Amino acid sequence: MNTKNIEKRFQVLRTLLAIGIAMIVAFIIICFISEEPLETIRSFLIGPLESKRKIGNIITNLTPMLFVGTGVCLIFSANQTNMAVEGGFFVGAMLATVAATCLHLPTGIHTVVCLIAGGLAGAAACAIPAFLFVKFNAKPVVSSIMVNNMCLYVGLFVINHLVRDPAAGFMASFRFDETAKIGEMISGTGVHYGILIGIAVLIAGYFYLNKSKAGYEIRTVGRNVDFARYSGINVNRVITKAQLIGGFLAGLGGAVEVLGMYNRFQYQALTNHGFDGIMIGIMAAYNPKLLPLAGLFLAYIRVGADSMQRSSDVPVELANIMISVIVIMIVAERFLYKMKHKRIVAAAQKELEGKAEA
Amino acid sequence: MDRIFAAIFTPEFLFSVIRVSTPLILGSMAALICNRGGMLHIAFEGVMLSAAFFGMLASAVTQNIILGLLGAVAGGLLISMLLGYFNLVLNSDRTLTGIALNTFASAGTVFALYLLVQDKGTSSSLPSLVVPNIDIPILKDIPVLGTVLSGHNALTYAAFLTVFITYIIIFRTPLGLRIRTVGENPNAAASVGINVMKIRFITLAISAVIASLGGAYMSMGYLSWFSRDMIAGRGFMAIAAQNLGAALPLPSFLASLAFGAVTALANVLQTLNMPSEIIQSLPYVATLIGLGFFGYAAQKSGRKRTKAILDKARAAEGEKS
Repeated sequence: MNTKNIEKRFQVLRTLLAIGIAMIVAFIIICFISEEPLETIRSFLIGPLESKRKIGNIITNLTPMLFVGTGVCLIFSANQTNMAVEGGFFVGAMLATVAATCLHLPTGIHTVVCLIAGGLAGAAACAIPAFLFVKFNAKPVVSSIMVNNMCLYVGLFVINHLVRDPAAGFMASFRFDETAKIGEMISGTGVHYGILIGIAVLIAGYFYLNKSKAGYEIRTVGRNVDFARYSGINVNRVITKAQLIGGFLAGLGGAVEVLGMYNRFQYQALTNHGFDGIMIGIMAAYNPKLLPLAGLFLAYIRVGADSMQRSSDVPVELANIMISVIVIMIVAERFLYKMKHKRIVAAAQKELEGKAEA
Repeated sequence: MDRIFAAIFTPEFLFSVIRVSTPLILGSMAALICNRGGMLHIAFEGVMLSAAFFGMLASAVTQNIILGLLGAVAGGLLISMLLGYFNLVLNSDRTLTGIALNTFASAGTVFALYLLVQDKGTSSSLPSLVVPNIDIPILKDIPVLGTVLSGHNALTYAAFLTVFITYIIIFRTPLGLRIRTVGENPNAAASVGINVMKIRFITLAISAVIASLGGAYMSMGYLSWFSRDMIAGRGFMAIAAQNLGAALPLPSFLASLAFGAVTALANVLQTLNMPSEIIQSLPYVATLIGLGFFGYAAQKSGRKRTKAILDKARAAEGEKS
């Protein structure tokens, strides 16, 4: 067994252990505050599977995560901590709304135009930190947060002054044209065709990142930028490309979410979908292959916490507490480090002994 | 247009600028200290939120303002020390841990709020206290200046004082020298016998105390209750202000005031039914331009330096031959 295998195995172990610890923490909290802890835990764990509606909720929760998560995989694989996917999601939803309310096109084409508009807006949002990094060496950590806030206000400006429906009674856009909306796939569940687009995006993202030359370049740049430069990769171009595509996917996610789930644009603040995407991206170790698992997990505990809140007195925020605990432990490199180190040393010794005998 | 000017050129407007700037000033000083110590993180949002919550809670339970503020500081330190432990001891990525801690603080405070008052919105049913406003004796009788500068919350004056204290700590004390050394080159600092880990924890702790006062101001001054996610991006704004101020106390302070002025202006425009969103986005656009500009300047000076070294080397070679 070589070092790489042990590293991989420990990463899986660490993730599972983090999930286990978060579960235990959640159960302890439930036991403290719930009057019927067993019943509460049951509705948390099994609740999401109880009705067609709730299973549908898991899928609708998962849909935007697939887009943003795939985008995050691309961006973070290039070792760029660009959080502008949050703003990209928002402006993606915004520009798709503009296209869905102002343009009048035949069914099908209209949806595609809206989705592309959303994607382009998202790409534009992520392009700003990429540009600042490539041209001026400004770290994307700070610049992308600024971009998020900028996106919020620019998006609200467009919605409130261009497509606001004064008759809605609250701050919202005009109704989307029926031709633009993404139809419901399974009636009565809210599940819309966006999930199919999401799966397609995920698979394409997997092949692009893990099986193509361009994806290999992105991962090489992410792992060791100097090595990439010396082996003749145009580092700046690769970094920019990864972020443009990632931003496009985030914007696409925003477009799919509003067109599939709502009749009007009614967000008044950032939606946190971008940070959700980052969370599941971390859980999946930026590998699109593991992304559906991480996404399903997050969607499942969200719906579980929701069903728990309805049947007991434990607030739904428990899901977010759990996911943050998990992420904190997964990114802690030294967590289980000693055990891993021992294993690697033992394996190396064994190998050496084997060689000595031969 | 006249209505806007009529609304802006009043002492009351300047008063409100200082009022909304207070958490930004405190936050930017906290970010500045972290940046100087090479520990700039994005969990200020969580630190301030946790401080706002615990400040409210401690003051409601003890009915004592000092204990309330101490509670706020404890709440801020909690998040900050968690970040320190995971980042410094367990070697995790600071930004990713920061994202997770912000989520943790946001969810945790709402969770606890619901358990306390069965309300996920605000804590207004809890009898929490407010830090008193202070009228400055002679100043308050001067016509315009008095209206602008007097009668603020005690924490606002503390914020002004903090700018000065930050300058003293960072540039005029041995501790500040250590913090800056560790920030610029941890290996060099370790080689002269500085305990890098300890200095970094101290950096985090000092900055958390300052940021906590900013958080406490939100729930015990700006408003008299805690409401969910009440920091609303001010932690990020503080980082931006500090960046715009190039990690120097006075410029960062001025940048915070500028951010506050823009926010106050947006509030005024909103009441006049004017498009306030573009104005609200201005601080962020300014920061982005600032980031680009600083990067450009650093690159240029770097190139100049390289060129100077090259020229020198060439000259030396020429002399030899």
